[in-house]
Amino acid sequence: MAEETVKLLGYWASPFALRVKWALKLKGIQYQYVEEDLPNKSPMLLQYNPVHKKVPVLVHDDKPLAESLIILEYIDEVWKQNPLLPIDPYERAKARFWAKFAEDKCGPAVMAAFSKKGEEKEKAAKEARENLKTLESGLEGKRFFGGETIGFVDIAAGWIGCWAQMTGEIIGIKLIDAETMPLLDAWFKDFLEVPFIKECMPPQDKLLEHNREFHKILTAAST
Amino acid sequence: MAELKLFRTSSSPFVLRVVWALDLKGIQYDNIFEDLSNKSSLLLQYNPIYKKVPVLVHNGKPLLESLVILEYIDEIWKQTPILPEDPSERATARFWAKFGDDKVLPSIWNAFIKQGKDQEEAIVTAQENLGCVERQLTGKKFFNGETIGLVDLAFGWLANLLSVFEEVCGVTLIDHEKFPLLLEWIQNFADAPIIKESWPPRDKLITRYQALHEVHTSKEAPK
Repeated sequence: MAEETVKLLGYWASPFALRVKWALKLKGIQYQYVEEDLPNKSPMLLQYNPVHKKVPVLVHDDKPLAESLIILEYIDEVWKQNPLLPIDPYERAKARFWAKFAEDKCGPAVMAAFSKKGEEKEKAAKEARENLKTLESGLEGKRFFGGETIGFVDIAAGWIGCWAQMTGEIIGIKLIDAETMPLLDAWFKDFLEVPFIKECMPPQDKLLEHNREFHKILTAAST
Repeated sequence: MAELKLFRTSSSPFVLRVVWALDLKGIQYDNIFEDLSNKSSLLLQYNPIYKKVPVLVHNGKPLLESLVILEYIDEIWKQTPILPEDPSERATARFWAKFGDDKVLPSIWNAFIKQGKDQEEAIVTAQENLGCVERQLTGKKFFNGETIGLVDLAFGWLANLLSVFEEVCGVTLIDHEKFPLLLEWIQNFADAPIIKESWPPRDKLITRYQALHEVHTSKEAPK
């Protein structure tokens, strides 16, 4: 049965596991989900991802795959319905570029604003806003990065909108706002309203509470 | 005929990947050498976000980020493929190329610029990462098997820079006992036709990295 051949090891609050859930949902792929208790990683996780020991891990026909963006490309290559990446090689290269930009520059900047205090926090928030403004240019005026429908970059970067909003609430500095980043602001709101995206999201109040706790731990550690 | 221009320096690890990929596939292109201390307005126009090389311009359209460029090249020019056909093998190749850039390169650079106890610790981390890479060569001539592929090109910098770093720093990162396969790979890669034709001259690398080492270690020196 199809469900037995695809397994996803994840964590409910992990944005990287969420990317994979979104892709599997979009393509209608049946899979078995395994929730990892991250402070007590299962022997299965450590066996499947010995290098990074992280979620998500996708296991397809007993072959483990790690690193969420790489998993997305794999899913797109194996299951051709509802493609994530465009067909044209130049458009594909642009999509990969923006996914990498979101990964290397936006995600970490939001995380830095989230985990630091005082002047360092202000500096990180400023950088996050600048990088998010740059990310906005990748939209090229479209509704989604994928055009009229969700594509690779939307799924790669979509978590950032949600997490940036939560971070803004927790640290008291807005990272995405309608005034300076109207298109990006509209994008992340539209993205979160798409039914299959919404269905996979963890409960917002639980996620916010979880991240508040996480923030307390991180900022206590950086004293 | 398609117009292909490569904005480059003579020996940047990221540039050389693209040079080797184009040369392996027998693709004709124009080299545009950049002076990174005085970047051309064209480079800044083509890569406004990162302002870096390599940039490959194909029929007026810029491609950025070396690994993204390699995937593009492989999609457009099908001869001498650098990625395997099987999706899980492609995912594995992408995983190790990413590991090289995210973990191996920064850890080796760290070992290069640090001193004393910090350097000792950096070397331990670098060697742990290299250990993971060593294991990938078991039973293979190249990471891609019998022929050079994405991961070989991604790690190509290791083949020409490792001995340079070791000489400049006076440390041994890779020894025959712990890394026999990696050392053999380095030799096979350096000797490979096409690859060796674009090999950066060692004396120039020594001079360059000697200077870089001095700059970084004088910054890091305890006051």
